[in-house]
Amino acid sequence: MSLHRNADQPVSIIGSHKTKSAIEITANIIFIVCAFVAIVAVLAITIYMIYSGAPALFKVGILDILFGTTWAPTAEDPSFGILYIILTSIIGTTLAILIGVPIALMTAIFLSEVANSKLANIVRPAVELLAGIPSVIYGLLGVLMINPAIYKLEQAIFKDAPNHQFTGGANLLSAVLVLAIMILPTVINISETSLRAVPQQYRSSSLALGASKIQTIFKVTVPAARSGIITGIVLGIGRALGEAMAIVFVCGNSVNLPYPFNSVRTLTTAIVSEMGYAGGLHREVLFTIGLVLFAFIMIINIVLSTILKKGGAKHDK
Amino acid sequence: MTNSIYVKKKRPGDMVLLVLIYACAFLAVLLLVGIIGYVIYRGLPVINWNFISTAQSALEGTFGILPNIINTLYIIVITLLIATPIGIGSAIYLNEYSKGGRLVRMIEFTTETLSGIPSIIFGLFGMVFFGNFLKLGYSILCGALTLTIMILPIITRTTQEALKTVPESYRSGALGIGATKWYMIRTIILPSAMPGIVTGVILSIGRIVGESAALLFTAGSAYLMPTNWLTHPMSSGGTLTIQMYLSMTKAQYDNAFGIAFVLIVIVLAINLLTKVLSRRLDVNKRD
Repeated sequence: MSLHRNADQPVSIIGSHKTKSAIEITANIIFIVCAFVAIVAVLAITIYMIYSGAPALFKVGILDILFGTTWAPTAEDPSFGILYIILTSIIGTTLAILIGVPIALMTAIFLSEVANSKLANIVRPAVELLAGIPSVIYGLLGVLMINPAIYKLEQAIFKDAPNHQFTGGANLLSAVLVLAIMILPTVINISETSLRAVPQQYRSSSLALGASKIQTIFKVTVPAARSGIITGIVLGIGRALGEAMAIVFVCGNSVNLPYPFNSVRTLTTAIVSEMGYAGGLHREVLFTIGLVLFAFIMIINIVLSTILKKGGAKHDK
Repeated sequence: MTNSIYVKKKRPGDMVLLVLIYACAFLAVLLLVGIIGYVIYRGLPVINWNFISTAQSALEGTFGILPNIINTLYIIVITLLIATPIGIGSAIYLNEYSKGGRLVRMIEFTTETLSGIPSIIFGLFGMVFFGNFLKLGYSILCGALTLTIMILPIITRTTQEALKTVPESYRSGALGIGATKWYMIRTIILPSAMPGIVTGVILSIGRIVGESAALLFTAGSAYLMPTNWLTHPMSSGGTLTIQMYLSMTKAQYDNAFGIAFVLIVIVLAINLLTKVLSRRLDVNKRD
């Protein structure tokens, strides 16, 4: 409590300036450290995924792993081709997006443009709950509800095809259906938010020019909300690509070309179903599969942040 | 007279699209009702006191999920104890201290990235880093540390949102009457943002309860009752979801549905809780 004023230091009335500034600096440092945890975590994950996934690439040969079509990790002369696994993930995700996105977009339009608040208050909580249901539950219901239904379809289609290997409904198509359902909440939420962000004048101008309500929605509102909808779709792609537990029992889990009625294995289910017992080079290759998945996800993230940056730039103008 | 402006032009295409829009929204509700209904229909008959209050025993051939409930609670508590302070601290830095620039963009990008990484990758990373490198092996602590990284973005983002809703006048008011920055954050900003932060924590609990892929290779799948409550985090322990997964691999679908029922009840409770909290938050704003 000195009365003597120093020009550089602000005067405070409670406590000594020294202890207080020490507390301030400590708090500041602690918060910076906390904020750095995210950066460190992403760096550590990247480094460790490369560190554990890359060696097998060189031991087996990059081309042999990425473009080999035979997956026989436990054979006497093991072979580690994961091309079919990669293709399954890509095609499964694409199909899930093709089925899920139109449904999700329509539901988002319903919530933001069509429904009155009473109806929206039923549908919106339902979508939120759908997002909260654990993926193992989706898996359980997939096995007991979707698989039998798809098996019936399979029996009907391949009645006269003696060469077809019946999958009992555990095939790519079932997995795609489960994934399509699982991406709904993500795409719906983000599309709805971006549809709501479209300025009201756009709609009124379009209606005033004589467009019908539906025309306004599909020709004015949806295009105006484009960047948000694309963000939702990209997040949906990430979700479908990375989902493991929901489809591990649904997709059949043998390595095949991704045809709808083939029993297939994705990048994620390969890891889940084999990591438990794999050892040696087999285990290292599973980490390579993880690395491939990680590379896909990182590409998606970078695409996403570019879209968001562009969207932000547009708003700034 | 089809071109007259007095006659409303009929657009069959519009009708079709409108029906499609209603159908899709209806489908979303139907899916939820179907999922919850079926889980209740198959799961409720399985639930009895023994199911919830005992451990499974191969000797007696009985099944119970008490150890899994305990493991889940352990993981929730440990994960939140570590992740909440870090997440809140990170949000405070981003919202109160940082002045923009490359570093902040970097932090925001990595937080965004973390929330996009699939749980199976977290599982692999946790197994290699916490399990092998830090020698935690298959343990509850290893699982909790893995989940800490996973839920960090949720807590950071919800806290950041909550901090943004605190009016700027609170800050200038506090600083204007001589509070230091940390004092202002501690006594004015954090209490005002508390309901938002609590919502984030509850959302995280929901994510932890439903998580399985990240825990399979980190927390392991043991289903024994804890022998020592203090050292239990160092031993392997499967959560409810992991036990459900194991039941499915053994085709014990009744047990799986029993656990699914418990999980659905928890999810519904968490959803209700966040609703109540956010409503309370709104009321505060109106006052």
